[in-house]
Amino acid sequence: MSPKVSEHNAHPLSLGKYIVGFLGSVVVTMAAYLLVTRGSLSKSVLVGTLATLALVQFIVQMVFFLHVGDERRPRWKLMVMFLMLGVVLILVLGSIWIMNDLNYRMMDSPQQVQKYLKSQDDL
Amino acid sequence: MSEVTSLDMPRLEAEATEKTVLGFWAYLMTDCVLFASLFAVYAVLHGNTFGGPNGHELFKLPYVLVETMALLTSSFTCGLAMIAAQKRDKSQVLFWLGVTFLLGLTFLGLELSEFHHMVLDGNSWRRSGFLSSYFTLVGTHGLHITFGLIWMAVTSVFISKRGLTEGTLKRLTLLSLFWHFLDIVWIFIFTIVYLFGSLSI
Repeated sequence: MSPKVSEHNAHPLSLGKYIVGFLGSVVVTMAAYLLVTRGSLSKSVLVGTLATLALVQFIVQMVFFLHVGDERRPRWKLMVMFLMLGVVLILVLGSIWIMNDLNYRMMDSPQQVQKYLKSQDDL
Repeated sequence: MSEVTSLDMPRLEAEATEKTVLGFWAYLMTDCVLFASLFAVYAVLHGNTFGGPNGHELFKLPYVLVETMALLTSSFTCGLAMIAAQKRDKSQVLFWLGVTFLLGLTFLGLELSEFHHMVLDGNSWRRSGFLSSYFTLVGTHGLHITFGLIWMAVTSVFISKRGLTEGTLKRLTLLSLFWHFLDIVWIFIFTIVYLFGSLSI
């Protein structure tokens, strides 16, 4: 980090960064929208692409609008953010995993019951 | 780092603001956890339509795109207000805050009208597990936007009365963090709820 930064404000804001962030977000949003409405990708590829685009836009806005990583050391904001990301991943992936597993164990169709019994026989 | 004398007031005030910003940042991150749990609920329940409509039948993507652009642009104009504040240009700050407010209000109006039409069509939160989780997730975001707009109006009044003092600048900084944060949450609502929903996944 350049020594200039510690003059008065921690982050001298620049118009250029906001414009880059805004244009980047518009492009990514439009790309995602057009892929769904006009695109001809298969569903699984499309889901992956849309998730990636959302992640790209998340990073663009975090960097250009919220200035993550701009602060001087020690970077407490960054550390709090990574803690949040960890908690969020555990919460969301954990919930989906547990609930899908429960759903599977409820076995609402006879085919599923057959499949389960077979898997038990193999043991 | 240069030596800090005990009477260096602007420096001390800047440090106090920095601490406030960090505290507010910690709040925003815990708010993320709140949204994450609502997203998890939505992810689990989105298939449980109980014979009612699914996202594909319900969502109008062009309409949602307009909502998204309104919010995104408001996030940008909020940044322009912050740049004006850095230049200590009071009238420009008030102008960009006004633009941000109107765009935010447009977003909220569009969202409420969407909700209104859904409820009129008999697709309220009571219809199915999918719609309950949908209204809770998107409604919680809308509630944040509502409070953001109230906060923005109050901050504008403070700035027009007191000018750009250390206190009003601090409020403005926190408000802009809050507003950018809400736009980031919306990216995921747009992608996961609306785009994935219209693929009927």
